[in-house]
Amino acid sequence: MTVSYDVIVIGGGHAGCEAASASARMGARTALITHKRETIGVMSCNPAIGGLGKGHLVREVDALDGLMGRVADAAGIQFRMLNRRKGPAVRGPRTQADRKLYRLAMQQAIEDHPNLVVIEGDAHDIMTREGCVSGVAMADGRMFTAPSVVLTTGTFLRGLIHIGTERIPAGRVGEAPSQGLSATLARHGVALGRLKTGTPARLDGSTIDWSVVGRQTADDEAVPFSFMTGRITNPQIECGVTRTTDATHKIIADNIHLSAMYSGQIEGVGPRYCPSIEDKIVRFGERNGHQIFLEPEGLDDTTVYPNGISTSLPAAVQEMFIRTIPGLDKVRIVQPGYAIEYDHVDPRELDMSLELRKLPGLFLAGQINGTTGYEEAAAQGLAAGLNAALKAGGHDDPYHFSRSSSYLGVMLDDLTSRGVTEPYRMFTSRAEYRLSLRVDNADARLTPEGIKLGLVGSARAEHYQAFEEAVTRWRLRLKTLSLTPNEAASHGLRINQDGQRRSAFDLLSYQDVTVASLRSIWGELNDVPKRVAEALDIEGGYAVYLERQESDIAVLRRDESLRIPEDFDYAGLSGLSNELKQKLSQQRPSSLAQAARMEGMTPAASALLLAMLRKQPLDRVMRVS
Amino acid sequence: MKPPADTIFALSSGALPAGVAVVRLSGPRAFRALEALTQKPLLEARQAALRKIVGRSGLMLDKALVLTFQAPHSFTGEDVVELHLHGSRAVVHAVLGELGEMIGLRQAEAGEFSRRAFENGRLDLIEAEGLAELISAETEMQRRLAVEQSFGGQSALYEGWAQRLTYARAMIEAELDFADEDDVPGSVADKMVQDIRKLQDELGRHLTYARAGEIIRDGYKIAIIGAPNAGKSSLLNALASRDIAIVTEVAGTTRDIIHVDLDLDGYLVKLFDTAGLRDSEDLVEQEGIRRAWMAIEEADLVIHLEEIDSRAERPELPRHKEILWVGSKSDLHQTSLNYDLCLSAKTGEGIPGLRAFIVEKIQGVWAGGSVPTRQRQLDLLKIASNSIRDALNARELEFRAEHLRSAAAALGRITGRVDVEQLLDVIFSQFCIGK
Repeated sequence: MTVSYDVIVIGGGHAGCEAASASARMGARTALITHKRETIGVMSCNPAIGGLGKGHLVREVDALDGLMGRVADAAGIQFRMLNRRKGPAVRGPRTQADRKLYRLAMQQAIEDHPNLVVIEGDAHDIMTREGCVSGVAMADGRMFTAPSVVLTTGTFLRGLIHIGTERIPAGRVGEAPSQGLSATLARHGVALGRLKTGTPARLDGSTIDWSVVGRQTADDEAVPFSFMTGRITNPQIECGVTRTTDATHKIIADNIHLSAMYSGQIEGVGPRYCPSIEDKIVRFGERNGHQIFLEPEGLDDTTVYPNGISTSLPAAVQEMFIRTIPGLDKVRIVQPGYAIEYDHVDPRELDMSLELRKLPGLFLAGQINGTTGYEEAAAQGLAAGLNAALKAGGHDDPYHFSRSSSYLGVMLDDLTSRGVTEPYRMFTSRAEYRLSLRVDNADARLTPEGIKLGLVGSARAEHYQAFEEAVTRWRLRLKTLSLTPNEAASHGLRINQDGQRRSAFDLLSYQDVTVASLRSIWGELNDVPKRVAEALDIEGGYAVYLERQESDIAVLRRDESLRIPEDFDYAGLSGLSNELKQKLSQQRPSSLAQAARMEGMTPAASALLLAMLRKQPLDRVMRVS
Repeated sequence: MKPPADTIFALSSGALPAGVAVVRLSGPRAFRALEALTQKPLLEARQAALRKIVGRSGLMLDKALVLTFQAPHSFTGEDVVELHLHGSRAVVHAVLGELGEMIGLRQAEAGEFSRRAFENGRLDLIEAEGLAELISAETEMQRRLAVEQSFGGQSALYEGWAQRLTYARAMIEAELDFADEDDVPGSVADKMVQDIRKLQDELGRHLTYARAGEIIRDGYKIAIIGAPNAGKSSLLNALASRDIAIVTEVAGTTRDIIHVDLDLDGYLVKLFDTAGLRDSEDLVEQEGIRRAWMAIEEADLVIHLEEIDSRAERPELPRHKEILWVGSKSDLHQTSLNYDLCLSAKTGEGIPGLRAFIVEKIQGVWAGGSVPTRQRQLDLLKIASNSIRDALNARELEFRAEHLRSAAAALGRITGRVDVEQLLDVIFSQFCIGK
């Protein structure tokens, strides 16, 4: 007997969990297929969530009522706000996470969805009917039907682990790779590429001499990821900090030919921002030693993740070089580091909703799209799950995230319009509207959208609306309260003596002026709740800049809303160079905004394209709000 | 691929009659048209040959030097033919008439050759604009400026700025995005300030040359003013060495603005001879005076002329104008130190000195370097310059980065977009990023 669902999600990693949860929150009957129930929510690489750019994605997932922020809050054991001393737009929340707590919290969160079931087994093939997805066939012969399937295979597609010259087909250490689905994708003519990533050895923390390593502590005040988290209750730990030595470098250099990375055994491309220790030595030399963070993997776990020395050297060489590092001279290696190669799909095969153009109904999310990182995976999972549910529910219009309102939009747009040459990671510099896309306003940017879509549950919706109401009320009040430059001066505020009255809100754009500092002038501001005051401080400080960006954003939104039909005939566009025509025909930008960002597009070429789009019959050029 | 629409042709050289007239054809039918005109098989590309040009009636129209350039190795990227005809009106019109009768051929619209070249990727936007200038360049200096712009001099300058800006931005972005990296020192963004300031200075200087670009293109404007009978028209004639204004001894003869274009050492100089600036009841003369004031307003240099020691009342002139006080009729009077220069239009005394003065003035504004000549470029450069200034004034690094992003976007609209991948390339090549 076949069982039917609205949405089936294959994979229980960070992308899969968010996809399944988003789909279930949208009300779709959802199944999550994974090899083993207990590996749901496993962190396969470093035990940390967030960072610069990545922290933004976590906040956005949270604003849309996703899981990652809440789970990280439940598992976080060293919260730190990166760039704390810089402006709010470039701050990035990050935490070390207890692996076990994270996994368990994620499994609990999945279980909490009444319309989400977990199916254990090996998904072998995607079933199709008339060119569209119709369900999933399992290796053991079971069949599940669904109009939408989300594929989140991570590094499992033809995964191949390298340790020195040893090669082990695997998706993760100790877990079998997924072979069948690669064939499925190839059968549908989907372009596949090969990428590589790596991970360091895991160490036994009880064999580390902590007395000789430096310490990195958590922030005094832990700022949670989730809007829904009141306070972090986990005890906070310290990480160790040490460095490689000349002896380390010599061992690595002497044995470089044994590294899978340098023996020519690996064909996949690795990320430049997550180099193996071999790469660091070869490309940057000794640099006075390379820093290593010794990150405990859990509160009651002695395993330590030595962040900074991912490697594919043979296990024996790994032990040799690691023992030359201060504090690690007697260390016991629990599991050697390795490099892993895996298949990924060229993300230009996808549209902005992460649906595969060649196989409608199949959505892809996470590392399969050429990205790296838990946060990037989770955010894609949310977008794919949301759109899979919309499609299963009979909605014709997918939901597209805009570059102007979220990092999620930046990522999806980058991926689908430009593809990847190395694993894609989020950086704040990728967002041209960085000043508008902040960690602090993620809720204001996205929660209302989520409420409209039905993606946000009632608890968050109510909490958010109450908060928003308070912000609005106090913003209005701040705009009403005002003083003259003379009065300001009498309160010690240095302001142009131009006779202009300024509102309390205007004053917030001055350096060092905050709602708190204005309390001495207007006593009633003592009643502004702390979080509301923070939001208004930042908003006031950015007001001038955001006004400037608004017109740019309006232009972008207009161009984004001008969709280019999938079968648009570029060859017939006279006036474009042949090279550009070819590029456009190949990349098929989905909107004028995407086309305009392509290399070689001039303003004149954009104008020409716009003119041609306008000539298309109205029903061909879809305008979406 | 759809073939290009049609083959265009036009007289590409200057006004007729002339010694030689060049007619150009570009497009898929250019070679066939040449075969028809010469009634001979095609010659090898890029080889000149003398051919009879024969009309449909069988009559020979001219003997011409003909050249072919095969696509894509031509100016437009299409098949191109050049006919070097004798430059008589009759010949050229007959040949153009023949071409116009051929199927698939039509007269080119203004700038269409350049546009095709641009569309076929043979020119970038700056080069295309520069080329348009080259075509209309009348003097040697205009040609030099156009060449500078058309063949990459200016592209290279802007490209260089764009690269430096990219580097500075990369350093700042590194500090923002990789603050937690051991290898990125916290002060790396500060180190960029000096370089950004230098860039700002260079941009600012370049912008002041904008005026120079205009002068080279449109000419250096000189208004000659002075009391009636001071000898303005005579001076104009002396400078131009030919009779332009009607010079009489009756005060107030020059009612209209007479202007003459001079080629002084390769610079285009426009001389405006004005009516006297005295009050007048005469309506026609009042109009002349009004125009005289307009000429003064637009002039780069005002030459005030007065008969030596005539002690005529000097007019109130706009303070920001450069004014050369000149005493005239030095053949009749002793030269005087009350003037910057004394001369006689009649004997020619002092005229070479005046010419040298003018040339020196023009060279003072432009000595042959790169100059922004298009309004489009100018506007974008101003935005870039203002953004860099704002960046230098910004108090937070994130704001500094934002202003520099705007600057890069503006500059990128001239040189081509610089996107985040290029910043990341710089960052990853400079720093060992990644734990």
